[in-house]
Amino acid sequence: MALEDICCFKDKPAQQLFPFPALETDYHNLELERLKTSQTNWGDPQHIFIPPFPQATPFISRRTSRFRPPNHALTVQRPFPLSHGTTTLGFIFQGGVIAAADTRASAGGLVACPAVHKITPIHSHLVVTSSGSGADCMLWERILIREIRLYELRHKRRLSIRASAKLLSFMLHPFKGTDVCVALTLCGWEKEGGSSGLVHNFGNQSLVTDVSSSGTAGNTSAADPLSPNSGPQVIYVCSDGARLQGDIISVGSGSPYAYGVLDGGLSWGLSKEEAISLAREAVFRATHRDAYSGNNVDLFHIDAQGWIQRPREDLKEEYYRELERRSKRRREKKKRDTIESS
Amino acid sequence: VSEMLSAQGFGGPGKMKEYHYAGAVENRFSPYAFNGGTVLAVAGEDFAVVASDTRLSEGYSIHSRDSPKCYKLTDTTVIGCSGFHGDCLTLTKIIDARLKMYKHSNNKTMTSGAIAAMLSTILYSRRFFPYYVYNIIGGLDEEGKGAVYSFDPVGSYQRDTYKAGGSASAMLQPLLDNQIGFKNMEGVQHLPLTQEKAVQLVKDVFISAAERDVYTGDALRVCVITKDGINEQTIPLRKD
Repeated sequence: MALEDICCFKDKPAQQLFPFPALETDYHNLELERLKTSQTNWGDPQHIFIPPFPQATPFISRRTSRFRPPNHALTVQRPFPLSHGTTTLGFIFQGGVIAAADTRASAGGLVACPAVHKITPIHSHLVVTSSGSGADCMLWERILIREIRLYELRHKRRLSIRASAKLLSFMLHPFKGTDVCVALTLCGWEKEGGSSGLVHNFGNQSLVTDVSSSGTAGNTSAADPLSPNSGPQVIYVCSDGARLQGDIISVGSGSPYAYGVLDGGLSWGLSKEEAISLAREAVFRATHRDAYSGNNVDLFHIDAQGWIQRPREDLKEEYYRELERRSKRRREKKKRDTIESS
Repeated sequence: VSEMLSAQGFGGPGKMKEYHYAGAVENRFSPYAFNGGTVLAVAGEDFAVVASDTRLSEGYSIHSRDSPKCYKLTDTTVIGCSGFHGDCLTLTKIIDARLKMYKHSNNKTMTSGAIAAMLSTILYSRRFFPYYVYNIIGGLDEEGKGAVYSFDPVGSYQRDTYKAGGSASAMLQPLLDNQIGFKNMEGVQHLPLTQEKAVQLVKDVFISAAERDVYTGDALRVCVITKDGINEQTIPLRKD
């Protein structure tokens, strides 16, 4: 009965086909089971309710039904839109990592919130930029922060950025194919001799390969600034299962415009101010052209000492400054032309 | 926007039902209904105001003219829930139960920030069958300053100074942006919001909403939260 459910007097479900507790059909969400700490790092640390429809499970289970409805919908049809649409970017250069994002959260055609924080610090040397569905990103960031902190407390050392990306990717895997839409970019500075694994260098972009860290601890990378295993790192993780490390990552509806600006101006040897102004410019151009990005720009700079957040800037001011600069240039050009012609 | 559609025939936001024969149509049972209502919360220096209308509607009918959408959680926190009334009721029951559990195991009342974080996880645990509720929490934080937390139906939240939710939210939010946030105005002095001005503004804003939104009206319930407690008042609105 309803009160029984709310007070958590439940019987154990008769059949447990799956090891992941998240997929148990559960009518209460008081999460008393989950108030105990998560014992393992795999599987889903969050108890999530799956509606009891015949096609409710993402795994093609043993209970085969000959007729599979064509619209395989894991979720109930929602009568409201969720927030989406953004521009975020992250890139590495000699002075560290820059992470920038706009601050608009849109839900359908409405601006649900003009001042969202899309960049969240995880620990002193790692921030994550989020894109996709707002609620999903917020919760998965919280889950990631929790799991990284638990690892740090249990093993007395900090998880490397690569390993954090892998952990996040594996935690998201049970939700592949569902509505969960999360595209996070982990941007951070890896201390020398980062925790695990050999890395193969495939030119500029190195894909994170699943080479297990067999006791080759002696093979820690010397402080090579260009080694992808230490120093500035940018790794993209998404709920479809992608996990990519690179030099420039931009995500969201405004990313094509941001990539254009970044590809035009980015090089390894930029100074910190140049890199910051390039990132600002990229987000500004993207918000100008993309309807779903806008309002302000958040900027984080991460170097060996940790992350520093720059004050949030309103892009409206930037737009007016740009107009000013343009009209000034036009005036000067006119003056030069009249001087030359005379 | 999806709130404008009745539960029976949403063919997508903003789409009108087509009145020609389009082939076989499947009318699925929808577990959701839209019961209307608007909630609003404003945070001041040492107070918070949570207000909601009291109309409960469905489609073209009004079920009740006296169904307020503000629920008192603790002495310093009030939540406003609008959307599907069934989910509002269950959600507030679950929040009350969790508050009691916290009180019994930790021997203290939950703070506004803690309630907000907890509500976020409760909503997200139903990510694949969401509570169709737009929540706004208003209260005082640990330092005694006003706090407003606004949520989307699946648990994304953040702390604001003011927020409107529910059927007339798209009409009220720009007005609040202008009057409380002083946005889109040049050369205006930013005066801090006093409690009297905030309550008067909320009343004016709801009167405007009742004019233009069919799901908002009948009466307005205003809860003012200060360190001395929660003060409720009811103001009549248009009943048509």
